Amino acid sequence: MVYENPDGVMIGLEIHVQLNKLKSKMFCGCSTDYHDAEPNTHTCPVCLGLPGALPVLNREVVKAAIKVGLALEGEIAEETQFHRKNYFYPDLPRGFQTTQYDYPIVSKGKVVIEGEDGEHEVGIWRAHMEDDPGKLVHIGSIEKSKGVLIDYNRSGMPLIETVTAPDMRSPKEARRFLDKFRNILEYLDVFDGNLEGAMRMDANVSVYGGTRVEVKNISSHKGVEKALLYEIMRQKNVIRRGGEITQETRHFDEARGVTIGMRTKEEAEDYRYFREPDLMPMKVSDWTPKIKETLPELPDAKRARFIEQYGIADMHAKALTSKIMLADFYEGVCKKGTDPKQAATWIADVLLGELNYRDLVISSYDGSTIGCINDKDHSIANSTRVADMVDLVALFTDGKISDRAAVEVIRTILDGEEEKTPLQVIEEKGLFKAEDDLVTKAVAEAITENEAAVQDYLGGAEKSLNFLVGQVMKKTKGTADAKTAREMLVKELKG
Amino acid sequence: MITKEDVEHIGWLARIEISEQEKAEYMEKLNSVLDYFGQLDEVATEDVSPTYHVIDLHNVFREDVAAESLPQEKVLANTENKQEGAFKVPRIG
Repeated sequence: MVYENPDGVMIGLEIHVQLNKLKSKMFCGCSTDYHDAEPNTHTCPVCLGLPGALPVLNREVVKAAIKVGLALEGEIAEETQFHRKNYFYPDLPRGFQTTQYDYPIVSKGKVVIEGEDGEHEVGIWRAHMEDDPGKLVHIGSIEKSKGVLIDYNRSGMPLIETVTAPDMRSPKEARRFLDKFRNILEYLDVFDGNLEGAMRMDANVSVYGGTRVEVKNISSHKGVEKALLYEIMRQKNVIRRGGEITQETRHFDEARGVTIGMRTKEEAEDYRYFREPDLMPMKVSDWTPKIKETLPELPDAKRARFIEQYGIADMHAKALTSKIMLADFYEGVCKKGTDPKQAATWIADVLLGELNYRDLVISSYDGSTIGCINDKDHSIANSTRVADMVDLVALFTDGKISDRAAVEVIRTILDGEEEKTPLQVIEEKGLFKAEDDLVTKAVAEAITENEAAVQDYLGGAEKSLNFLVGQVMKKTKGTADAKTAREMLVKELKG
Repeated sequence: MITKEDVEHIGWLARIEISEQEKAEYMEKLNSVLDYFGQLDEVATEDVSPTYHVIDLHNVFREDVAAESLPQEKVLANTENKQEGAFKVPRIG
């Protein structure tokens, strides 16, 4: 199957990732640990842009950029340097952003995603280093705001901006790219994506007969998908009505799910890039081999190894490697002697499903427990222990509990106030699988008490058998294995 | 050649107000600077690699060590426009 892309959609992304796992900012020693701090408590003359203050580049920023470049299969520049991008805005105290221009540290990379028609390659044009501006807080709503408050704690945070080729052909592909990209960065351990402002995105999109429109500053993967769906629809409608798409920058209103044209500037943007005289050029390509050795196993390689080593389905391997913490958790469970295929099913299908249902995203793994936070409300946390998963799968494979009971155990542990082990839950709720004679008794009762259903079934109505199985489950309070109950009923009725 | 429009544009970029008299004056001065730089075009540079910096240094880094920041009172000491620990500026746009 080949994806036809009927509307000629072309999407390119620019992604800003904050290197928030580093200890200090990009050009000064201010701590990066400012997320819960009072405003303007993590600043100094350098990141406040005071006259005479001089920047000195954090070595680890360069290393992280090279790591990212290698993971994106890009080229690392022989020589690279910084430029000043000049513009006035209150979040930018120096009047310029320190960024890279014509000599970015990384160029010509690629990422393979699950596209509309199978594996699809997205080109990476470049990735470069730059510093983050401060944060503006409007007093009141943006429209009626009487003034703006500025917090420079974020000013000078190291960022890596990655620019893709316009290789994505649908909002879904853009979303898939972002998921994969974030996953790769988490494997590299260069950023914590759950911190506020850790990843910000701009999306370029065009359709047949139109021109490129940029949607700026979207803060979530879902937001990018929604903004693009809206924007493609809008552009198609304009063209269908005989209108013309103007090249412009739009803003995404996440609450309303629409993009809004920003006021056109009277003057074209003119950043007057020039070389940053306060920072020396870099020749760091000789660091590459050493950094390459420190690269962790990346998602695609891990996925292939899981299939090979544990004999699990590709679908499971893909789900399990979609987050480094989840992959480590799975291997932690397997190391305790749990059957890898059973562990894959219970973790990838059941546990992940239950987490998604509760809007929980995995945020940590410490070797024994996987931590989650609620996607919409970060104050809601949850966790699952390796030991509990090991016990649960063992109880199921030993035939002590039914699959239905095992799912209930997972749900109870996730929703419970107190920490409980699977065994405690099973005992409290009486979830042990019924003894065979109990099921036999229930089967016999179900048959004698439901003469009509029995006749219907014998007359060819398969549905009536489901009713009878239901009766058996009811009588055994759900502890019978549904498949066994069905087999026993059929055997009783049809010999 | 720098025109009057260029001077106006540069003035706007720098957010400075320029009078009509100054515009004429700056136009002349900027053009003479430009002419002066024009002399560089006369030098043969085909075989010379570009100079990124006047000092022949590269790879100047600091280690990733967090140091103490300024206290908030000091940060805000030079402004009267402050609120809740933040700098306060007029609304933008």
